[in-house]
Amino acid sequence: MLNPAPAISLGNTLSLILAFALVAAPHTEHLPLWLSALAGAMCLWRAYLARMRLALPARWLLMLVVIASAAAIYLQYRTLFGRDAGVALLVLMISLKLMETRTQRDGMVLAFISYFLVLTNFFYTQSILTALYLLGCVWLITAAMIGLQHTHEPARYRAQWRLQLRTSAVMLAQSVPLMVVFFFLFPRVQGPLWGMPSDAFAGVTGLSDNMSPGTINKLVFSEEVALRAEFSGKVPPPNKLYWRGPVLLDFDGKTWTAPPRPFLNRIDLQRRADPAYYRVTIEPHNRRWLFALDIPGLLPPRTSITADHLLMSQTPVTSRMRYDISSYLDYGIGADSNELTLRRALQLPRGFNPQTLELGQQLRAQHADNDAIVTAALALLREQKFTYTVEPPLLGRHSVDEFLFNTRAGFCEHFSSAFVVLMRAAGVPARVVTGYLGGEYNALGNYLIVRQSDAHAWTEVWMEKRGWVRVDPTNAISPARADGGLAAALPESALLSRSVFSSRNPLLHRWAMTWDSLANSWNQTVLGYNLETQRALLYRAGFDGDTLRTLAAMLIGATILVTLLLALATLRQRRRSREPVLAAYQTFCEKMAKVGIARGDAEGPQDFATRIAVTRPELAHATDAITRLYVSLRYQEEEENNNKNKYLQQLQQHIKALPA
Amino acid sequence: MTKIEQVAQQVGAIILGKQQQIRLALACLIARGHLLIEDVPGVGKTTLAHALAASLGLNFHRIQFTSDLLPADVLGVAVYNSDRSKFEFHPGPIFSQVVLADEINRATPKSQSALLEAMEEHQVTIEGETRRLPDPFFVIATQNPSHQIGTFPLPESQLDRFLMRIELGYPGPEAERALLRGENRRDLLERIQPCMQPAELLVLQREAQQVHASDALLDYVQALINHTRRSADYVSGLSPRAGLALAQAARAWALLDARKHVVPEDVQAVLPGVVGHRLSPTGAAREITATSADIAARLIASVAIP
Repeated sequence: MLNPAPAISLGNTLSLILAFALVAAPHTEHLPLWLSALAGAMCLWRAYLARMRLALPARWLLMLVVIASAAAIYLQYRTLFGRDAGVALLVLMISLKLMETRTQRDGMVLAFISYFLVLTNFFYTQSILTALYLLGCVWLITAAMIGLQHTHEPARYRAQWRLQLRTSAVMLAQSVPLMVVFFFLFPRVQGPLWGMPSDAFAGVTGLSDNMSPGTINKLVFSEEVALRAEFSGKVPPPNKLYWRGPVLLDFDGKTWTAPPRPFLNRIDLQRRADPAYYRVTIEPHNRRWLFALDIPGLLPPRTSITADHLLMSQTPVTSRMRYDISSYLDYGIGADSNELTLRRALQLPRGFNPQTLELGQQLRAQHADNDAIVTAALALLREQKFTYTVEPPLLGRHSVDEFLFNTRAGFCEHFSSAFVVLMRAAGVPARVVTGYLGGEYNALGNYLIVRQSDAHAWTEVWMEKRGWVRVDPTNAISPARADGGLAAALPESALLSRSVFSSRNPLLHRWAMTWDSLANSWNQTVLGYNLETQRALLYRAGFDGDTLRTLAAMLIGATILVTLLLALATLRQRRRSREPVLAAYQTFCEKMAKVGIARGDAEGPQDFATRIAVTRPELAHATDAITRLYVSLRYQEEEENNNKNKYLQQLQQHIKALPA
Repeated sequence: MTKIEQVAQQVGAIILGKQQQIRLALACLIARGHLLIEDVPGVGKTTLAHALAASLGLNFHRIQFTSDLLPADVLGVAVYNSDRSKFEFHPGPIFSQVVLADEINRATPKSQSALLEAMEEHQVTIEGETRRLPDPFFVIATQNPSHQIGTFPLPESQLDRFLMRIELGYPGPEAERALLRGENRRDLLERIQPCMQPAELLVLQREAQQVHASDALLDYVQALINHTRRSADYVSGLSPRAGLALAQAARAWALLDARKHVVPEDVQAVLPGVVGHRLSPTGAAREITATSADIAARLIASVAIP
């Protein structure tokens, strides 16, 4: 080879390793431990080799490692595609690429795949913190890439690094206008190719369509946001904030399940008060149901409602979704429920919970109508000193019996489950409703945050003429749950999660609310900017019709414009002289440029003054004084100029006196 | 009106509409440099030289360079005087304060170099004897554009000896009309009265050397020189002698303006005269920079004043 490729220097190697390690760091959370360890070891090994100036490992050895670890990834994920396996493979390949990074060119390749790795982090989270962190990573990668332009070892590493970081920051700052342009104008295409990998929502937490003891209990520990709601009027009182989720009709003795239900053509709703209007932003949960307060009135577009009054989307919610909706908080529903539904709401599995069945029959015998039975049952729960706890004792085969007659400690799912079984035993149609109760009001952003920890289960019983009536047995035992949320209902010692904890410390609480408000704005504006908002924006700007073509044209136009402006700004940017005389004269020239007389680079001060006098005679006098002072300060002999400071002051005053 | 301005005015009354060239010629003289006037025949090259010499009160000789001119015709010759039985030196036309070397590029290089050596050294050596030339000593050479037939173009090394080269060019329409209407130039020349003494010229030459060129100004001169050395527009950059010439000429120009310091405009004013014959543009640049003024304008435009 005539021109051997320049070898990569130690400083550049280390900065590339650092950049890669920082970009890959967030992935360790979900990568298998062995892979994180392998990648870390590769980084350290490569740094060691570079430091000691040792040769890199042989190619066949790397080949072996590649094959072995790719096989290990396949064994781990059972595929090489999709989000998790893909990211794992990418991290593996980059860390091995480190081991064959010899030349500047290899370094460039490494920098570019590191940029790509930055992108993959957004598959997992798109929060503000992530964005900021990755922005920092991009800064570092760019700085490392700038370093690759220098093939020699710098004399002083620290100065070199500082320079690289500064250049990188300047470059990133210059790209901000382009970034903004691309954010608004880059075509938002919706489709499988452009969306998230299909396995991206495998592990999301949230309510499911079945419930067994412990299901909701588990959610209580999660402070993840389920939804945020913005009310157009006053936020309803906490005990009205029942966010309706899956309705569980069928019970097999252990697990409650929600059967598929037909959709309603119209809502059989008796309205008793004006509806509440609000806007919900729901976090992706990979299910079709949407949450609304009991009971939704006007439905958002492309949604429907089931016979159990559950709001359903047409497709699973795999990205953050926003809808406007209204709900009647005082209502009557299902008075005309058909025989089939009611019979189903009375069914109990055979051979379970004999004691409860007996109790139910007793209640039926003692009381004439369903109303009285419900009241009596609730009174029973209240009297018998049940405990509300997130750590309930384990239950056996006759779970309801054990709960009602022995352990008497449980969480909302135990109460609702037991209550419905009891009601059904007494011949009252009943069903379990899951969802969320309450939410935390954020005064800063004027919205309600509903978290997974607000998950709740309650019941509905059917009464003649009144239809399905909500009965929350948890309320009978712990009235504080509905009014003050979970934190109020639990003893002080049961500190659950940060959100519950922070709600007890005013300062932390304030901070948490501020942060969530910020996150909400980020979600609504940045992440919520999609195909529809983009189209609406274009429409408002007066563009209609072929959106894609308009966007492409605008994008190209805006890019050219921004680039040109930046180039112009760079060309015009002249470093302000440190010398006061020159600096003053530069100010003068800038002022003149503003009135339309720009001094040419090669135009002498006297020629310039003459030109000003010709074009703007009214400025001639001032210009003449300024030019004379400037020339004498700059070109006269020092001896002639023993009043240098005085002249300088005069010059500055003259220039200041000029109309800006 | 200073005396030098009177000179400028008097010469300007004969060479009509060429104030800039006249001032350049005067600056060249004050900077102790020699002047080369290049133009087609008949635009008043000789008249200018004549008028300058007469106005300054300097004695004047004209040498018409031809292809059969010998060095002795320029320098002088030692002739045997049989009465005194020894050789007597007959000084040539070079022994005068202003020498007009007309059509210098018609002579052979041998004769050209005889003159050019005298210009550089301010002395001539004949028959082993060195003779000083008068002071002030000022050569005004004229030449026809080198594309005309029968010329021996001066080599670059010899062009460098001339502080300035100016081009007179055709007169403007008004000057032309005045010329046609006016008196015979030759009659005018004969009536010229000297405006100053040679000693006064020497004082001016000394004063010119004392004109202050500040650091900022020298920065500009260096920037100009460096640009010609780095740029691909020129076959070769300006020599240190050229840089020196530029500074000297700018000083003289400032003195003509009655200033004790040089400003960038002075440098720009003398630039066509100083660099026109020293820089040869390359390639594409050659097409668009035909004259000294073009070369200078291009150079000025490509270097910012620091």
